[in-house]
Amino acid sequence: MNHYEKVKTIVDKYDASHDSVIAILQDVQSEYHYLPEHALRAVASQLGLPLIQVCGVATFFKAFSLKPRGEHTVMVCLGTACHVRGAPAVLDEVRRQLGVEPGNTTDDMRFTLETVNCLGACALGPILVVDDEYQGQMSSRKVKKVLNRYKKTPKDVRHEEIAVSS
Amino acid sequence: MKRLRSAVELEQLRVKILSQRKPEKPCISICGGTGCHAYGCEDVAKALKNEIKRQGLSKQVELKVTGCHGFCERGPLMVLQPRKIFYQRVNPSDASEIIAETVMKGNIIERLLYIDPVSEERAQSEEDVPFYKRQQRLVFGNNGLIDPTNIEDYLAIGGYSALSQVLFNMQPEEVIEEIKRSDLRGRGGGGFPTGSKWESCRNAPSPDRIRYVICNADEGDPGAYMDRSLLEGNPNSVIEGMIIGAYAVGAHNGYVYVRLEYPLALKNLGIALGQAREHGFLSQNILGSGFDFDIKISRGGGAFICGESTALMASLEGRVGEPRPKHIHTALQGLYGKPTNLNNVETWANVPLIINRGADWYSQIGTEGSKGTKIFSLVGKINNTGLVEVPMGITLREIIYGIGGGIPHGKKFKAIQTGGPSGGCLPESLINLPVDFDRLTEAGSMMGSGGMIVMDEGTCMVDIARYFVRFLTEESCGKCAPCREGLDRMLDILTDITEGKGKEGDIALLEELGSIIKEASLCALGGTAPNPVLSTIRYFRDEYEAHIRERRCPAGVCKELITFNIDAEKCTGCLVCARECPQGAISGKKKEPHIIDQEKCIKCGLCHDVCKFDAVIIL
Repeated sequence: MNHYEKVKTIVDKYDASHDSVIAILQDVQSEYHYLPEHALRAVASQLGLPLIQVCGVATFFKAFSLKPRGEHTVMVCLGTACHVRGAPAVLDEVRRQLGVEPGNTTDDMRFTLETVNCLGACALGPILVVDDEYQGQMSSRKVKKVLNRYKKTPKDVRHEEIAVSS
Repeated sequence: MKRLRSAVELEQLRVKILSQRKPEKPCISICGGTGCHAYGCEDVAKALKNEIKRQGLSKQVELKVTGCHGFCERGPLMVLQPRKIFYQRVNPSDASEIIAETVMKGNIIERLLYIDPVSEERAQSEEDVPFYKRQQRLVFGNNGLIDPTNIEDYLAIGGYSALSQVLFNMQPEEVIEEIKRSDLRGRGGGGFPTGSKWESCRNAPSPDRIRYVICNADEGDPGAYMDRSLLEGNPNSVIEGMIIGAYAVGAHNGYVYVRLEYPLALKNLGIALGQAREHGFLSQNILGSGFDFDIKISRGGGAFICGESTALMASLEGRVGEPRPKHIHTALQGLYGKPTNLNNVETWANVPLIINRGADWYSQIGTEGSKGTKIFSLVGKINNTGLVEVPMGITLREIIYGIGGGIPHGKKFKAIQTGGPSGGCLPESLINLPVDFDRLTEAGSMMGSGGMIVMDEGTCMVDIARYFVRFLTEESCGKCAPCREGLDRMLDILTDITEGKGKEGDIALLEELGSIIKEASLCALGGTAPNPVLSTIRYFRDEYEAHIRERRCPAGVCKELITFNIDAEKCTGCLVCARECPQGAISGKKKEPHIIDQEKCIKCGLCHDVCKFDAVIIL
């Protein structure tokens, strides 16, 4: 299936309805892990909307990324509870370790660094989430250890390792 | 499942469900909220399941993963019925003992009980734990009793009886009257009287008779997660509230706008909607009453501003989530220009309760202007982090010390932040303040959606003000200048102050800017954005002055104003900090006090974190 058709399957699922732009883009993003230009163009033409309107939505909402994303997503929670418990120091350390600013991806495409304004798991704060795994009670000291686990091993092996060690 | 076609069929089904259940049968309810999930409750559940199977007890023992129980600090949590034994910090390795000892023999495992740090007594059930004992869990309490993915659990505790009562025994106007008499006010932040909102929506002209109801589940306030826990743990109570609201205002279509960061809430809500539809609580001819209504889920795009009603509706229509002026309320012209009634998750969940128990009963709880209970998320520098449901009017002291168990590590309480980025920080002098909509607003804060972030002496109030303004600057949609430009300037000034570049007059400038932003902004985001700054200036002016005049951060937080030093008396010369320092800024021989080279130090705080002897001090 070519890109245009891939997008069309998604657009058709929502009956090409203009109200569903956000939902369509969310599905497109889960397909490609970001919103490539050709997909935005395909969505706009298939919905019969001006490209600027689709791009407006794609750039307004934080959930969308116009840049390709890394293999792992490292998310630092910056909710108030995490903030007062030292999240800024954790973020600084992640930044230093990965060498990228929030919103960006490492050159080797391994890690994308993101921040989030509260995950609602405040009892565990400060929280670092790598992919879907919560790492609670973080401190700058623990950052390196956690990231190293993801640097060394491919995803599936790592899961087994963690299961064994816990 | 055949769709239920009458109130009688619903009651027959309920009787059938209850007759199949044996209250004396052992049942283990494991908390499956996001907090406990992160602590690994899934592994605990798996271990218990295996153990039940291994011991051949599948028929005798029931295992249930429920929604959030609230006491996130002590997760993973579980309650063992019928004796209501409460275990906390449970590990997968405890599974075989729990089954063999507690479930089969009735022996309590002492080490899994909660120990009250004050009295040092062990609590055997939830009711014995001070955290729970002082709450009034009317809306949230059912979370621990039901499996959110099984509608029968909700029906077993009386679910959808309020809906049946409304559809068959009440006119829409009577429903509105009942909600009005209960004095229920919106739990999402605004505190607008719910009944009046419903009435305006019902009475708003709509030539094609189209009206909408919306559930706002775009819970964006950092530090607040009660809506998520309700949707995850008891989605049917929200759905039932929405159907009742739709009947009252005359709507046939509803939406739940859920924050994207809440995958479990999306999943459980989706399952609940499907089951409600199968049972005939949604879609056409609900319970055979002739009333049609259905609900769609809409996933948010990750924008804080979409918690604002007009921005949320724009986003539902597939547009950029920018708010519009509210000269005309959304109750008159909302989604697609039609009369629309929007309430927050917790508000909807209160509705079945009010119908079941009556407005008279409901309005006895709470204070003059604020009725009922409110769920707060008690987080930050507090011993018992979690979700607490208390009657309106309870004092901050009771929440912080009675339920929250005070401040960790013997530190001193400094402030409590309520109302999220729109709220304010209240100092210790207001600790006896009764918590309700009006008292909080008078004190310069607000109820908001119910986040309560506790701060101790190690929290810098200027840094907190800067934190919220940075948050709001990022989340401002940029449509109106006062909010877009004003907040940017406020952030500049606050950043300067925290970096030791503050000037005389900055405080006055912040106050002036704040009052203009409040007055001139288009929506509530800008209209309340200066609150964190104005309230911290009001109560903690001396801290601002210390930053500006003395270039000093009294709490020891603002990096540019502090230095890390080693206390030669306490330092044992263990070399740990020197090894950890990413800059190689720490020197010293083994067993001799170390020294930090201030030129090289980047103030990352690693040495402070790793030192076991508290020898690294912040000056």
